[in-house]
Amino acid sequence: MQETLIAAAERRASRDARHDRSFRWMLAGAGLFVLLALGGAALSMLWGGREAFATFGLDFITSSNWDAIGQQFGAWVPIYGTLVTAAIAMLIAIPVSFGIALFLTEVAPTWMRTPVGTAIELLAGIPSIIYGMWGLFVFVPMLAEHVYPWVDANLGQWPIVGSLFAGPPLGIGTLTAGLVLAIMVVPFISSVMRDVFLTVPTRLKESAYALGSTRWEVVWDVVLPYTRSAVIGGIFLGLGRALGETMAVTFVLGNAHELSTSLLMPGNSIAATIANEFAEADTDLYRSSLIALGFLLFVVTFIVLAVAKLMLRQLAKREGS
Amino acid sequence: MLRKLKSQLLVAVVALGACGIAPAADVIGAGSSFVYPVMAKWSADYRAVAQTRINYQAIGSGGGIAQIKARTVDFGASDKPLDSAELAAANLVQFPLVIGGVVPVVNVAGVTPGGIRFNGTVLADIFRGQIKRWNDAAIVALNPGVSLPDQAITVVHRSDGSGTTFNFTNYLAKVSGEWKTKAGEGITVRWPVGIGGKGNEGVAAYVKQIKGGIGYVELTYALQSKLGYALMQNAAGEFVAPNEESFQAAADSAEWDKAQDFNLVITNAPGAKAWPIAATVFVMMSKQPKNAENAKAALAYFDWVFANGAAQASALHYVSLPAKVQAQAKAHWTAALKY
Repeated sequence: MQETLIAAAERRASRDARHDRSFRWMLAGAGLFVLLALGGAALSMLWGGREAFATFGLDFITSSNWDAIGQQFGAWVPIYGTLVTAAIAMLIAIPVSFGIALFLTEVAPTWMRTPVGTAIELLAGIPSIIYGMWGLFVFVPMLAEHVYPWVDANLGQWPIVGSLFAGPPLGIGTLTAGLVLAIMVVPFISSVMRDVFLTVPTRLKESAYALGSTRWEVVWDVVLPYTRSAVIGGIFLGLGRALGETMAVTFVLGNAHELSTSLLMPGNSIAATIANEFAEADTDLYRSSLIALGFLLFVVTFIVLAVAKLMLRQLAKREGS
Repeated sequence: MLRKLKSQLLVAVVALGACGIAPAADVIGAGSSFVYPVMAKWSADYRAVAQTRINYQAIGSGGGIAQIKARTVDFGASDKPLDSAELAAANLVQFPLVIGGVVPVVNVAGVTPGGIRFNGTVLADIFRGQIKRWNDAAIVALNPGVSLPDQAITVVHRSDGSGTTFNFTNYLAKVSGEWKTKAGEGITVRWPVGIGGKGNEGVAAYVKQIKGGIGYVELTYALQSKLGYALMQNAAGEFVAPNEESFQAAADSAEWDKAQDFNLVITNAPGAKAWPIAATVFVMMSKQPKNAENAKAALAYFDWVFANGAAQASALHYVSLPAKVQAQAKAHWTAALKY
């Protein structure tokens, strides 16, 4: 009797161990899948772009000459455009999203929180081509007629930064693309921020209020430090979208392979260049250059994220946490 | 992209093969997006009379050429002809199918459709940034009586590779040596100035948005967008409007019989009434197709198009080939394609 019990227990234990092992393998497989997909995508793009890298070397990154007829390809204009439009977008989107999330979690009356929160999530679901069309047919004429002439006449006259804002008010250009991108990433960042702000224990906040803190002090000294890494994660999500966004940018950026200091002038971005030119890239070198461009987008995104992670680590170290 | 397309084609073929009551033949073509609207109309009408389904994929001229070279489709269509050497190397036969035209459109206050005149050199100088303002002496000289504003010109071109760009830049290169050496001709070129819109509709939308803008689109888009468009001075020195008659005149006066394998771009055609930026769509077919039955069916379809397709073409602002060019094309494919 006792022996059968022991045998049953042993069977059970070995079955558990077996299940545990297979469960572990499944999880490891899921984790590995991400690495394989990432590595595979990066390597296949590097392989596809090898002809471009071999032909132009480092010039592929530093040259701003993109000439399909002369078969000379340099990616500096799209790289610059990608970085600048994403930077403008984040410059606007981060403070605005912060404001939205704080309003919804700390300031807004309770009946308002759910509908506004849902509206933000719906905004995040709008396809990017809709933003592009809206940008071109509604936003661009408004900027060209009412905003950019003023920007050109006033900001354009400033010393040093003036050249960034001087130029004919076409309405289509780097600044417009940055603005549309900002509108597109705000829902992403603010919904993440709202969710993590809600996780801050009421006890902490109320203790701060009890000590006489203002709302701003509570937010800055209690809520933000408590949620910092999640907030930065949300910002990265938005940054990733801004760097890789294609359709909306193509509509309002102007798609010109021309380097210009003014943000009012048209430019180009990596994703837009690929989307525009891939279908009719008629030589191997041309196609290879476009694939190499895709690889560079990988590299740019990776560098930006790595730098941000390093900054985060420095910050954590300084605070001793 | 091509690989994806191939797999899509494969799926399409498998799916069609699987359903037993498919029509007699399923012809697959790919290429020029410029010809797509009329191709779709012809295919629908042809199916009613011949039980042949024409499945045309508008993936762009470059894609069409690549597909027919790989013989994954029954025919390819391109806005840009291949030369004899390239045709021979890929064992292809080429003939013209239908004609359209490229039209300069402008957004200048007070300029109506047909209300401004250009010649080739002025157009080239505008597109290479040499002429910068609408009241430039060169433009004013061509347009007595038109009040042109002191406004900056913004050039709008295609951002994607396109047969429209090929025909437009081919014309500019023919009439301006400066253009030829600085920018060149091709489905995409190194534009000296301007901004890029995606597709005909993108260029039309940009020109419409930007005061002082100038761009180039197919006639249909020029008419639909209600933009001001230009009369062009042709090689004979006449100012002509873009319409069916002037496109036909361009095709008529072009010297097709002297062009080997129909390798001819009919821009800057010599006829007195010819529109100078007319564009031809070419069809490429393989001499050794993977499926001879389908290739035969495709030829029967083109035969039908030549005989019965004129009305559909002109309703969509294309022009069917002049009778003598149709006869030449038919003679050419009969002699070269033995299925």
